[in-house]
Amino acid sequence: MPVLQLLSGKSLLPRVKTCPGGTNWQKVLTGQSQISVVCGWLAVWSLKEIQNPQGDGTVTATSLLSVKGLTKAYPGVVANDQVGFEIAPGEVHALLGENGAGKSTLVKMIYGLVRPDSGSMVMNGAPFEPGTPSAARGDGVAMVFQHFSLFDALNVAENVALGMDQPPKMRELSRRIREVSENYGLPLDPDRMVGDLSAGERQRVEIIRCLLQDPKLLIMDEPTSVLTPQEVAILFETLNKLSEEGTAILYISHKLEEIRTICDSATILRLGKVVGQCNPREESARSMAEMMVGQELLIPTRTPGEPGEVLLELNDLSVPADNQFGTSLRNISLTVRAGEILGIGGVAGNGQDELVLALSGEVRTELNDIIFKGIPVGTLPPNPRRALGLLTAPEERLGHAAAPDMSLTENALLTAAIRQGLARNGFLNWPKIRKYASEVIETFDVRTPGPENAARSLSGGNLQKFVIGREVLQDPDLLVVNQPTWGVDASAAASIRQALMDLAAKGAAVICISQDLDELMEISDRFAALNEGRLTPPRPARGLSVEDIGLMMGGAHDMEAAHV
Amino acid sequence: MDLSSIDLVTLVAALMVASTPILLAAIGELVVEKSGVLNLGVEGMMITGAITGFMGAVATGSPVFGFLFAALSGAGMAFLFGFLTQYLLSNQVATGLALTLFGLGLSSMLGQGYQGVRPPSTPRLDIPVLSDIPVLGQMFFSHDLMVYLSLVLIVLVWALLKFTRAGLILRAVGESHDAAHALGFKVVRIRMLAIMFGGACAGLGGAYLSLVRVPQWADGMTAGAGWIALAIVVFASWKPVWILVGAYLFGGMTVLQLKLQVANIPVPVEYLSMAPFVITILVMVVVSALRGPGFVGAPAALTKVFHASN
Repeated sequence: MPVLQLLSGKSLLPRVKTCPGGTNWQKVLTGQSQISVVCGWLAVWSLKEIQNPQGDGTVTATSLLSVKGLTKAYPGVVANDQVGFEIAPGEVHALLGENGAGKSTLVKMIYGLVRPDSGSMVMNGAPFEPGTPSAARGDGVAMVFQHFSLFDALNVAENVALGMDQPPKMRELSRRIREVSENYGLPLDPDRMVGDLSAGERQRVEIIRCLLQDPKLLIMDEPTSVLTPQEVAILFETLNKLSEEGTAILYISHKLEEIRTICDSATILRLGKVVGQCNPREESARSMAEMMVGQELLIPTRTPGEPGEVLLELNDLSVPADNQFGTSLRNISLTVRAGEILGIGGVAGNGQDELVLALSGEVRTELNDIIFKGIPVGTLPPNPRRALGLLTAPEERLGHAAAPDMSLTENALLTAAIRQGLARNGFLNWPKIRKYASEVIETFDVRTPGPENAARSLSGGNLQKFVIGREVLQDPDLLVVNQPTWGVDASAAASIRQALMDLAAKGAAVICISQDLDELMEISDRFAALNEGRLTPPRPARGLSVEDIGLMMGGAHDMEAAHV
Repeated sequence: MDLSSIDLVTLVAALMVASTPILLAAIGELVVEKSGVLNLGVEGMMITGAITGFMGAVATGSPVFGFLFAALSGAGMAFLFGFLTQYLLSNQVATGLALTLFGLGLSSMLGQGYQGVRPPSTPRLDIPVLSDIPVLGQMFFSHDLMVYLSLVLIVLVWALLKFTRAGLILRAVGESHDAAHALGFKVVRIRMLAIMFGGACAGLGGAYLSLVRVPQWADGMTAGAGWIALAIVVFASWKPVWILVGAYLFGGMTVLQLKLQVANIPVPVEYLSMAPFVITILVMVVVSALRGPGFVGAPAALTKVFHASN
């Protein structure tokens, strides 16, 4: 039972008991597994109301690291222009900014991966000019990377050893990994292959690697983008503990609610320049987003219409898992009507990917399990389903939704060939393909020098806009999207959500599968949750309480897990 | 047909000699591939080592200098490959093939005038006590230095990869150069060292052919040994122990088929000549198939081009 394992750090429960937001939930719920799910969810929402002992701006006495006038230019772009900020021991400091604002460059300079063109850094009163990551580590700086810097074919202990400059003997190291990981509520088995670990466990490896070196400053680049709400709650526990012990944390994230929860102060970057400092606890997510973007943020809106005729019916859909790590879909029944957005939530790994594959046609089912516009399509492959109007945008942008080394033009062709008539008699109509790719780029504000650039060269947010836009502009009758705003900055996320809502307003149906419950609550008409491959009956999203959602995500059938 | 002429003791002894060139080349290529680089120029580096080692030994009268020469020239060829692929980011497959062609041509040019020359003989090194054991001593402990060195090299590489930090870093670079770079390891430098080690080993393997195995210089005398070394690395799933098995299997089949030819068994010579290649590949395919479909073992970054973009 993975959820329980995640919680075996056991520090979560006392924290949640103090949640002002979660008054009656203990009485509402009895099975521990539901509690655990709700805990994660509640903890994220209510942590913002817990006082961080180091907060309140009382920490300015001596700064740990002070950065002044840091500048770094690359050909054609100034990534950092006279950037400066200070961080004190025990302070949790957020770096905010859109994709490409220069956050990554800034932390790479602090970690010694990139040398600044000019400017100075002072660490503990002494000049700090790390030329290599190991020099930075020597001065007490540790970093957890956005794209994990892990080696799949090596085990946990070996991965940790690679990130240390003077690692102890393997046996001693394994012992310390066990000790430190239990200490911080992040249990890890040092002998396991990293390739077999979940995203959350992989991040633990990185964090433990940092903690073993007793860092004074811990840099975290987008640490929560791949984590489930439960894992986020555990991470925040760890960060709070570290902060209490005096470790400064530099925290980069797009998730503004999280920043309001955990950070004491924030520096906001826009186009390589510092445009403001703030105390996130005194700001709203919206005001911070507007500081990042430099203009008013458009909150997605729409007027829900009357649901139209039934477009999609799932009849007792069951798909066995194709490997031991997969989840089987069990007896999913569902109807989706034209003009509605169905949000599907749930902890990652409960059948989301499998459901998308079954709907897209990458995995075949019984013919009558899936009925689209009255036609049984369960055995049809993806292209005939596209022709009928059932389009899909999967979660993994590079490698699933888009071919990384092919150009945007070619990627546009890959899914749009049939509905847009981009090929005839086996020959490609390049002018038409280019026109379609350009249309997607223009309509969805994809920032790229041109449609001939490789998909790999785009930032995550821009590629995501392209991938969603490519499907939306094909006028689908039903669009299935998985994690549409994963790792995407606030303004790009808002425009993607707006596009989905516009699509529904035009009479199409949208199934949005997401880990981001705020997102689902914002756009969905109805909400359902996946739990171990079963789907709860959908309920109207408006008026759903946190307790309701927690119960749906926990799954009432799962009582026996409480005895584990 | 007269199979009685095949004597087990001389067969095993000859097998170890016949296998050594491939063993040396393969263990070097294993290190190169573990670092994430595929050098298809093994054949070219081997034959360059064969002629330069031969020239060195003839000129100095000492086989030791010959082998040193061969290792240096192999490493030099590898440096060329490394410079092209690691600094100028050329394609590894094309560059490796070009290196093989270059090596074949270069050796042929250098070797003019060395046809028919006899190199100084490499002394046998009887290991005290062990070589006096009846039968076994003759089989295993009465060879020249290079045979022992190649076996020691297998053990060293195995231990390096398994137990040392240097080996861990090498594997890490071959697994994900981006992650290794982010942690501050010098990816290109580490790969250059691995490539040059591989070249030196291939050079030694070639020189062993021309100085001990044959011993004579002939154009194109490696005759595909470099390619077999490359194949063995893959079928051995990048494991040093299986390199030993693969190389000795090939060497053993080569020696056996020669003896069978001599014994006049009623099988066409052509089939006997191709037998070592066919049987080695078949056995290694079966071995790697037995490991199960999920098992690959290839370094994840193999042949991927690394360019530090930041």
